Amino acid sequence: MSTIFSLSILQSALELGCIYALVALALFLSFSILNIADLSTDGCFTLGCAVGAMVTLSGHPYLALFAATGAGVCSGFVTAFLQTRMGVPSILAGIIVNTGLYTVNIAVMGFSSNVNLFACDTVFSLAKEKLSYGWYENWYKLLITLVIVLAVGVLLSLFLNTRLGLSIRATGDNEHMVRASSINPLFMITVGLCVANALTAFSGAILGQYQKSCDINLGTGMVTIALASLIIGETLVGKGSMFKKIAGVILGSCLYRFIVALALRLNVPAEALKLVSAVIVAAAISLPYLKEKSAFYRLRTSNQNGYRKEGSADVSH
Amino acid sequence: MLVIDSVSKTFNPGTVNEKKALDKVSLTLEDGDFATIVGSNGAGKSTLFNAITGSFYVDEGRIILGGEDITYCKEHVRSKVVGHLFQDPLKGTAPHMTIEENMALAYLRAATKRHAYFSRISTKEKARFREQLALLDMGLEDRMKQPVGLLSGGQRQALTLLMATMVTPRILLLDEHTAALDPATADKVLALTEKIIAKRRITCLMVTHNMHQALSLGNRTLMMDGGRIVFHVSGKERENLTIDDLLEQFKARAGKRLDNDRILLST
Repeated sequence: MSTIFSLSILQSALELGCIYALVALALFLSFSILNIADLSTDGCFTLGCAVGAMVTLSGHPYLALFAATGAGVCSGFVTAFLQTRMGVPSILAGIIVNTGLYTVNIAVMGFSSNVNLFACDTVFSLAKEKLSYGWYENWYKLLITLVIVLAVGVLLSLFLNTRLGLSIRATGDNEHMVRASSINPLFMITVGLCVANALTAFSGAILGQYQKSCDINLGTGMVTIALASLIIGETLVGKGSMFKKIAGVILGSCLYRFIVALALRLNVPAEALKLVSAVIVAAAISLPYLKEKSAFYRLRTSNQNGYRKEGSADVSH
Repeated sequence: MLVIDSVSKTFNPGTVNEKKALDKVSLTLEDGDFATIVGSNGAGKSTLFNAITGSFYVDEGRIILGGEDITYCKEHVRSKVVGHLFQDPLKGTAPHMTIEENMALAYLRAATKRHAYFSRISTKEKARFREQLALLDMGLEDRMKQPVGLLSGGQRQALTLLMATMVTPRILLLDEHTAALDPATADKVLALTEKIIAKRRITCLMVTHNMHQALSLGNRTLMMDGGRIVFHVSGKERENLTIDDLLEQFKARAGKRLDNDRILLST
């Protein structure tokens, strides 16, 4: 293992895993729980990054995180409004918002396609000053991302067990029942999408400060990546309590980053990464199905061989 | 008290599929009334229920529940006071959530304050849910942390009944809620239904395809055909009515034989 992975590669994979885990958690909420494929994730992630970067640039790295989260809530609200009040099908609503966000993002960045934050303070650079004297001096980035993702994970699992959270979960689970229980499914979809997009934008803001730059194409393919993490996580953990599922999603995100780091180590060019992630997603989704299939084929072959040995009619010809 | 005042509903108006599902239906149910409804296929029984729950808005007429005009009231608002059990036992509960969580959702009807949104299920409520589950006598009180998807159809329907009546509704609508269950379970769920309705004096409308049930349960019997209520019987007259009389009446009023592919003439 040590020949393939150096400690620093492992460390940065974990850091990125924790940051992107927030997007995976957002998709966990919209895709797994609410049963809505929210395709505005790409644009919303860039929006979070852009808003975060601009506020950071003006000297408020902490405020940047909140501003980005707020922008995410707005984006989620527009998506939800289109599908709950305007009769736009949910997938289309996501695509429309995603398209519109491109212009919004460019505008936020002052009509330029990238912004860099090398000259100003970020959450990470501020933490570095405070945490530069211990064993953890090289680990401060991981420490921050880990604390953030764990806090968000715990808060999300607490939220999903409140009455509002229960209502959101029921909306994705059985809409008939929800309407018969005096819960307004439209309101629940709106709240769910706002929270999910807030997480996505928050993640974008942290990534912006982490890599000290923001690019208009940053979010491209984010849905696929988050979906890969989500599915890896769900395959790992399977059934269980809300908290266990959330932990699984975070683990899945870190694991995905390891796979990407491995691919990079194997000299896959950076331009090919999108293809690699598409292959990983396709593989992760189809694996459980293929496993079932192969079990059936094995069973059939062994049964047929059994017939042959007994000398009865060969059914396969 | 439920007052349905000449309610009409036409589906797909102006197309070849135009269907007058409800044709000036009027019905008054007093508090504590328990009426059974029988009728042929497509008679408008489920449409009548859906008009009351608010799945759609009616074309004309008024629906008044407990003195309040709910004709244009939204579905989730009405469901605070309207209990509804579907024929399909899978429709009434959320399969991936635990029994406890499902009950907590049903109990939301009782919540009035907005801040209740962020509260969690309290220990006191859990004890209350447990107590109510024990009344079902199905051993569900020991499985409160299990997802509802693991329960059988009968257990799910019993749970749905409990959830629909947890906060006493102004009216309970039962849409052939035992039809998809095996006979033994159906009997059990029906017995439970009768017990709960009698104990809490719940006003109730029940669609059934079982002619025996139509006469033996509750205090009134309605027959529907072609979106209208064609026959209505209660009191003394109903007590003396036999299943054959009922079929006879239907033939006389609707001008045809009662043709419901699920009709049961069991005694």
